Amino acid sequence: MRDKTQLTRLETETVNSAKTRKPLYAARQKIFPKRASGNFRRFKWLVMTITLGIYYLAAWLPWARGPFAPDQAVLLDLANRRFYFFFIEIWPQEFFYVAGLLVMAGVGLFLITSTVGRAWCGYACPQTVWVDLFLVVERAIEGDRNARMKLDAGPWTARKLMLRVSKHTIWLVIGAATGGAWIFYFADAPTLLGELFIGTAAPVAYITVAVLTATTYTFGGLMREQVCTYMCPWPRIQAAMLDENSLTVTYNDWRGEPRSRHAKKVLAAGQPVGDCVDCNACVAVCPMGIDIRDGQQLECITCALCIDACDGVMDKLGKERGLIAYATLSDYNANMMLATAGGSSSVNPSLIRTADGLFSDKVAHFHIRKIFRPRTYVYMGLWSLIGLGLLYSLLTRDRLELNVLHDRNPQFVTLTDGSIRNGYTVKLLNMIPEPRTIVVTMQGLEGADMVVVGDDIPAGRSFAIPVEPDRLKMLRVFVRQPADQIRAPAQTFKFRVEDRASFESNEYTATFNAPEPLR
Amino acid sequence: MSDEHIDEISGVSTTGHEWDGIRELNNPLPRWWVITFYVTIVWAIGYTIAYPAWPLLHSATKGVLGYSSRNEVRNELTAAEAAKGKYISAVESKSVSEISADDGLREFAIAAGGAAFKVNCVQCHGSGAQGSKGFPNLNDDDWLWGGKAEQIQQTITHGIRFASDPDTRLSEMPAFGDIITADQIAQVSAYVASLSGKVRDASLIQPGAKVFAENCVACHGDNAKGNREFGAPDLTDAIWLYGSGETAIAAQVRAPKQGVMPAWVGRLGEIKVKELAVYVHSLGGGE
Repeated sequence: MRDKTQLTRLETETVNSAKTRKPLYAARQKIFPKRASGNFRRFKWLVMTITLGIYYLAAWLPWARGPFAPDQAVLLDLANRRFYFFFIEIWPQEFFYVAGLLVMAGVGLFLITSTVGRAWCGYACPQTVWVDLFLVVERAIEGDRNARMKLDAGPWTARKLMLRVSKHTIWLVIGAATGGAWIFYFADAPTLLGELFIGTAAPVAYITVAVLTATTYTFGGLMREQVCTYMCPWPRIQAAMLDENSLTVTYNDWRGEPRSRHAKKVLAAGQPVGDCVDCNACVAVCPMGIDIRDGQQLECITCALCIDACDGVMDKLGKERGLIAYATLSDYNANMMLATAGGSSSVNPSLIRTADGLFSDKVAHFHIRKIFRPRTYVYMGLWSLIGLGLLYSLLTRDRLELNVLHDRNPQFVTLTDGSIRNGYTVKLLNMIPEPRTIVVTMQGLEGADMVVVGDDIPAGRSFAIPVEPDRLKMLRVFVRQPADQIRAPAQTFKFRVEDRASFESNEYTATFNAPEPLR
Repeated sequence: MSDEHIDEISGVSTTGHEWDGIRELNNPLPRWWVITFYVTIVWAIGYTIAYPAWPLLHSATKGVLGYSSRNEVRNELTAAEAAKGKYISAVESKSVSEISADDGLREFAIAAGGAAFKVNCVQCHGSGAQGSKGFPNLNDDDWLWGGKAEQIQQTITHGIRFASDPDTRLSEMPAFGDIITADQIAQVSAYVASLSGKVRDASLIQPGAKVFAENCVACHGDNAKGNREFGAPDLTDAIWLYGSGETAIAAQVRAPKQGVMPAWVGRLGEIKVKELAVYVHSLGGGE
């Protein structure tokens, strides 16, 4: 019999015990990404050149629109409330096209993310592109990873000061150029550039340049990966869009483990050894400072530079590329099951290779077919539908519009001869940058005629009037119907506008009010 | 309290306060935060010297920059007046028809006149200038005293039957109830009504025409088309200030209502009256 007073002591510990508690705040650890080279790096250079090229230069492209409109290809003319994009001119009421494009961008992002993962983050996001640009400057001035680490750890010498000052100066210049390029989309670029330098540009231009210089310098130069990890909501949202068939940058531990720096010795000792030589090349190049071998993580922007780094090492070792590769979760899991014999053992490289060292037939590889699945069909369909809808709307939109406002006070006026007069404010919108002569005609309302206030147009059922290019013309029109023609207290009729040169036309159905008949 | 206490976990000293065993770490504030804080203090001192700030017994310190929000309003108002100045002097020097002919000036006068109308005229003429019984509709083409811009200006300036203005437009229709018999009133009413519509008893028209010729033509004219010299209305048209139909006409013949409009020039001044005249002229009935 055991002594009942002898209690058993349980071996347990709280998750936040005082001994192991860590502060919630962690200071930033500096990251010194090493220069990578390879296919993905080349692709990133290309994307960077194209995106930055578009951003810095698009405002300077000319586009002839005739004498009555600006000749800048892309221009957001806020003062005149017009948006020009090559052959398209958008009035404020047509801004839904921009909203439509944003919806397309959203659905497009879903499509891209569900197929090739966080490609937006890794290649095209301005944060990524500008950080890349800032790193180019940093490398050119301070040298590659080791030189930079040495410089950072070393004391403040004249050389260090000189290097740091020139680096930050160039960063600031890039920031200013970035802010400067932005404002050229909102005004005539050459004129604004001149004004900017002689100090006569609008204060808002200087403020915009200053703010964008500060944000570019701070985000691209100082904060870098912290913007992605702490500030940006996209990593959370995009991560939620991945599924088991989305391509994402993956460390294939089914062929890499067990990793070893002394493969030959281990092999000689009869132990299994994977392809990973634990050289840390993948960590050194990572702009986010993470180790992809720890698996998928929030910080990973899938820039694929670790793939380049690892492929270089694999080439030197004479092994197959793709120890780190774009892979889907389903392929990865299948290969893991293969390598661990259904999860019964730790990773054993011999299970995925044949006797002569090649990959076994059972190893799953990505197939392009996996991109086409119901989910991507839906995204693609939605995206195309919106795109086609916008395109149809754009190609068939009216460039001659008409708005009519009926006078409400008084609704009608009885004239001496008993006829009834109604007043209308007629707005003619000539939405092309050329002067036009518009013919306004009344349809319906028998016996009625109209006059234009303040114009020498004789009373009639039709008149022609010139409208300035790209302008709205507002007319006061009095419509008058003889007493004996009045059919009802409220009759509808149409104002029709027509450009006899282009045969464009438009109509507006208006109401004509008359007093209730006396009983 | 005076003993320095170091927190075991973080190695940071605490403030020395303890609440139920909880101590507060005495981490230093970030330097940028402290610098910003001192900058705001320096800024605040400079600000209270430069701008009105400290309350005194009867007012507050004026501030060395001499800023005042009242001055700001005053300057804005002066600037607005100055911007209107060239239009106002043009309105002053030009006649109303000249103003109506000049597009920019016309637009200004209509806007200014419209605003003045909303304050001074809507009480009788209605917010849309549509009038009501006894108060003329200013949108139509029927004018008792003339529909040219100058004539409208004259009416607004001196009013109608406004006793204290010697130049006021003046006419008085006699109360025919004392002059002709009730039968004659019925006959003449039937005749006048017949000029623009049907009447109940057609036999009254013929004798009515005779009564009309004897009593009314002096002012209303042989053809009953009225006379603007006397503000005598056209009796053949569709517009009736005091109501159409035999009964309303008979009432007006028996004991006419005499509408009064004040003279506005003394109250509003020449310029406002001109603007009002241009506005009323623009409503659709101007001649």
